[in-house]
Amino acid sequence: MSERRSEIFGVMGEFATPEALLAATKKTREAGYKHIEAYSPFPIEGLSDAVGFRGFRSNLVAFLTLVGGLGGGLTGFGLQYWVAAITYPMNIGGRPLNSWPAFIPVTFELTVLGASIFAVVSMLALNKLPQPYHPVFNVERFAQASTDKFFLCIEARDPKFNLVEASKFLQGLDAEHVNEVKDEE
Amino acid sequence: MSATQNLVRRAEPEPWLEPGHTYASVTDQIASSVLTRPLGIGWLAGFALTFTAVMVLFLAVAYLFVKGTGIWGINIPIGWGFAIVNFVWWIGIGHAGTLISAILYLLNQKWRTSINRFAEAMTLFAVACAGLFPLIHTGRPWMAYYMMPYPSTMGIWPQFRSPLIWDVFAVSTYGTVSLLFWFIGLLPDLATLRDRAKQKWQQVIFGMLSMGWRGSARHWHRYQVAYLLLAGLATPLVLSVHTVVSFDFAVGIVPGWHTTIFPPYFVAGAIYSGFAMVLTLAIPMRAAYGMEGFITRRHLDQMAKVMLATGLIVAYGYFIEFFMAFYSGNKFDVFLANQRLHGPYAPFYFALILCNILTPQLLWFRGVRRNIPALFVISLVINTGMWLERFVIVVISLTRDFMPSAWGRYSATVWDYATFAGTLGLFTMLIFLFVRGLPAIAIAEMRELVHQESHGSEAHS
Repeated sequence: MSERRSEIFGVMGEFATPEALLAATKKTREAGYKHIEAYSPFPIEGLSDAVGFRGFRSNLVAFLTLVGGLGGGLTGFGLQYWVAAITYPMNIGGRPLNSWPAFIPVTFELTVLGASIFAVVSMLALNKLPQPYHPVFNVERFAQASTDKFFLCIEARDPKFNLVEASKFLQGLDAEHVNEVKDEE
Repeated sequence: MSATQNLVRRAEPEPWLEPGHTYASVTDQIASSVLTRPLGIGWLAGFALTFTAVMVLFLAVAYLFVKGTGIWGINIPIGWGFAIVNFVWWIGIGHAGTLISAILYLLNQKWRTSINRFAEAMTLFAVACAGLFPLIHTGRPWMAYYMMPYPSTMGIWPQFRSPLIWDVFAVSTYGTVSLLFWFIGLLPDLATLRDRAKQKWQQVIFGMLSMGWRGSARHWHRYQVAYLLLAGLATPLVLSVHTVVSFDFAVGIVPGWHTTIFPPYFVAGAIYSGFAMVLTLAIPMRAAYGMEGFITRRHLDQMAKVMLATGLIVAYGYFIEFFMAFYSGNKFDVFLANQRLHGPYAPFYFALILCNILTPQLLWFRGVRRNIPALFVISLVINTGMWLERFVIVVISLTRDFMPSAWGRYSATVWDYATFAGTLGLFTMLIFLFVRGLPAIAIAEMRELVHQESHGSEAHS
């Protein structure tokens, strides 16, 4: 049996409280690390900003939701107009074919439907989910990330990354445990 | 601290969570009822009973497909009967789930956290039961796709000016969005279950369902944006759904239906019955699974207050119906109002007043709102009352429209009752499966609540 090839994905420090994680994340950014990621069992205010996730990129879900909503609404109204006025017109007592007030409920429903589907699908897609394998799962203690522990990972693709230095740096931030994250191919 | 400050200082509010809980303890307690708790005799007995009721539903529906809707009590002039009564009742029940998960989220109400997950599940199951009725009521459900716009070889299209088509879009959108909202909420909890599962099959199932959720800061950021937007979208949606359902009636010219009070009064009634159903489910569940620490008396009290408020709106709706009938001077409307009080279905109307207007007045008293058995009984009474309301609306108007020659009587057959009982069984069976198969309380949100509560107490001291 040959040993499987493994590469270093990064170094991960474990923290006990959300405050400790947030403070450590801010210090890591200040120290010049760019490719970092924080993991927590519930959303922590300010954490995404601290890992450097900000600007339009971070609001892409909202933008795509707007696109989905407009798309759904226009499709809904367009379909009804096309059906009622063009392809299948019915003259009922001479009333206008484009009876737009009657088309509002379906237009509204399809706006909400389009926006909701776009919100969910864009959230999943931008988060690159589903993604069954990720190197951080190789750290045994990471199972606690969905219960009560808080993790900070400095990734190896960071230009400033050096295994020994990054580990020392995390220990210096009072991380409870520091682990290498291996990426097994 | 000065004396005036002491005077205005109010008693500390009861916490929304039993003190002493940590991130790990809430996670353990909720996850264990899915992962490790053995199947009890109570659960098995309940599941067996409700499963039997589902078999009754299958039987009733199979016989319906063979014989047609003639096996029901419906006949012209009463074309709607139980199927539509049950449809409106079920879809109304669903509304409380969306109210709790979306509207209370936007209003930043902390007490929604312990009840939102199973209220959303209740919504989904209620919508499934509701959707069944119009489908089988069509008589030829295998042609139900005619209601969707698709390029048919016959060149025909749906009539988009009809409230019945609006209903198709409203209910299917509502079902889809409720499912998405529920699934999004579940995602972090599925990851928790994946990480805690000891058995291989559990790891595989929850591993697939959780899609590799890691709880990274970027994940959470997008997640929160999507969740907030869904809440914002679901809020007008839930109001629109029962509005559209009420249009099924209000757009028609039948006396007793053709009234502008219907949309708001239907929406209030929906939330009213939905909260009653949440209580009907929450009270046994918290006792059976030892969740009194999460769903506290204060939660039940709060839900009782929402019921009281929406119940008063419904009472106002009944009053306005009468007032407008007499104020309009329209002889058909006046006649119908009198028929409600003196006609053959008057006992239903008086039972409705007793269930929906008089009984909930007990909720003005704090002692009643904090008395759990009393609250459970009141919630059952309100559920019954809301069913009677739909019966009164559908049946009295249809049996007493404009021409005496078109009057009729309606009574349900055993197949009507079997179908209704079957959907009650389906709903309850799905609830039974849900409480053991998925976390019935949102774990990640409870951890957030632990975080907020601990900071709240620090701020006070």
